[in-house]
Amino acid sequence: MPELIAKRALPGKEPFVRLGTTLAEAPLVQMTSLALFPGQEKAVNKALKPLGLQFPAPGEAVVKDDIALLWTGREQAFLIGVAAPAMGGSAAATDQSDAWVHLTLSGPQAVEVLARYVPMDLRLTAFAVNRVARTPLYHMSAVIHRTGDDSFRVMVFRSMAQTAWHDLSTALDTLAARAPRA
Amino acid sequence: MRIHCPLCGTRDRREFYYYGSDDYLRRPEPGAAIEAWDDHLHLRDNPAGVTRDIWYHETGCAQWLRVTRNTVTHDVLATELVAMIKDKSKGAAT
Repeated sequence: MPELIAKRALPGKEPFVRLGTTLAEAPLVQMTSLALFPGQEKAVNKALKPLGLQFPAPGEAVVKDDIALLWTGREQAFLIGVAAPAMGGSAAATDQSDAWVHLTLSGPQAVEVLARYVPMDLRLTAFAVNRVARTPLYHMSAVIHRTGDDSFRVMVFRSMAQTAWHDLSTALDTLAARAPRA
Repeated sequence: MRIHCPLCGTRDRREFYYYGSDDYLRRPEPGAAIEAWDDHLHLRDNPAGVTRDIWYHETGCAQWLRVTRNTVTHDVLATELVAMIKDKSKGAAT
């Protein structure tokens, strides 16, 4: 087997910083989609137990250290940051590592940036830490995970990485242009 | 207009795609009379009031929803996942 080189979706892109808010591409991580087979809730939780995780409720992320399990649809979740354990017939596991790009957006303007593209309320009062939403980012299907009070993980299809970067960095630029000069 | 997705919560209308009347959930048996198929495919009520139709949460969780709404007041009265409806023959708009 030839040794394949894993390449980032946005090679050479340095973190984009405006107003103390940073847009960056997250390092490549292993990601697996877990799609439950009917009636396998207990079995899937048993398979996930060694990782210290359980299958998330709709709209939620279960996070343990560097590992995250994000709800991404009815009876479907993405396991991020670790190889999928043997699911023992409880769920269909498909490697998604190179199918998505993970962007991180963190800082005081993160919510303002996303508010320009996302048709839902992402303020902390409405979208708490470790909530997850599948929602459009402008015209792209995205998965948005609030990783902290001021930080988000934004996932889009890898083929849309450049567009997502362009849109988010443009919003940061325009917010910076409006900011009063110190 | 906002629609409550049972999984995702209340979301903007632009996340949804309209399919049509929930008559589509009540498919005639394969050997049914031609009139039944004609009715299923083409004949629709156009009520001023409560109606039920099928929406797709396209840019959200990708689930089909049955939405009960009022065409006069624009109220969305109820939403449910089509996948969770056990007996699709019930619940026709009245």
